[in-house]
Amino acid sequence: MNSLGDDCTELKKQYDACFNSWFSEHFLKGRHDDSLCAPIFKVYQDCVKRAMREQKIELREIESEITTGEQNHEQQQQEKPDHTKS
Amino acid sequence: MVTASQCTTETVFDYSWKQVVQAYWNRYPNPSSTHVLTEDTIQREVRDGKLYSRRLLSKTNPVPNWGKRFYNNAPVKIVEDSILDPQKKTLVTFTRNIGFKKIMNVDEIVEYSEQQDGRTLAVRRAYISSQVFGFSRAIRAFGIERFKSNCNKAASGFNYVLRNMFPKNVGETGTYKLSKDVNENETAAASTTGTSQIQQATVNKTEALKMAGKAGYEYLKNHAIKLAQIFSIKN
Repeated sequence: MNSLGDDCTELKKQYDACFNSWFSEHFLKGRHDDSLCAPIFKVYQDCVKRAMREQKIELREIESEITTGEQNHEQQQQEKPDHTKS
Repeated sequence: MVTASQCTTETVFDYSWKQVVQAYWNRYPNPSSTHVLTEDTIQREVRDGKLYSRRLLSKTNPVPNWGKRFYNNAPVKIVEDSILDPQKKTLVTFTRNIGFKKIMNVDEIVEYSEQQDGRTLAVRRAYISSQVFGFSRAIRAFGIERFKSNCNKAASGFNYVLRNMFPKNVGETGTYKLSKDVNENETAAASTTGTSQIQQATVNKTEALKMAGKAGYEYLKNHAIKLAQIFSIKN
């Protein structure tokens, strides 16, 4: 797959290749040190973040905490969260 | 504020959890995902033994003519967060569109977990909402209709990638799917509402206007389905 930034695609491919081998050969085998791909990840991030700025992609939402969204939808199912508790 | 409609589907992949999660990072491109244009990892870290990732996807956006009033035809951006727990053998992914949120908001949560028989269960939940007055209920209803009709296609795209990565499993491609309506009644009610809104707009009850109402309803339905497809991330 291509990167958002045309000039980042080559870096993305290098990073993906590094990540895939780290994920299979290290992470899934219980070795969680992620420094192996850190250098290429940083170069790739610099490139893709620049492309995002150039394309005026709303960064506010993108820089929030990583979430699985389950909290949002559990809250929605309740009528009104009871703030008097907790 | 509208509440979201919800739809849940389950798929079983004939591959181990480890195979599924390895394929997950490589599931684009595949023949069923030609609408996905770009894919980038924009955050990643290991915390408490879990892998946290955020990816940004962009998809083609064939804007219907009426939609050009609301938004341009820039590719739609989708954020995909995931938390992978190698201890529990779970991968939970959360995708949603950024931008155009008033028109339609599609949140999809998928949990991949190991079954006792060694295969992998994917439970997919979609929440669809819209704040566009008058379109809201129809968009949600048809968005969910679309979502359900695309479930098989979604699995076939991922299965294609799995077969390529793990060719030993050739022949074992069968997946089954359970689909349940969380709010069947609401879906039916929404269809009725959609019709009556269009018909109210036509005011007179002449035959010609009834026909116009019907045509408008079909028009609305088609575009609601198209929108749901644009904002939903499948495969």
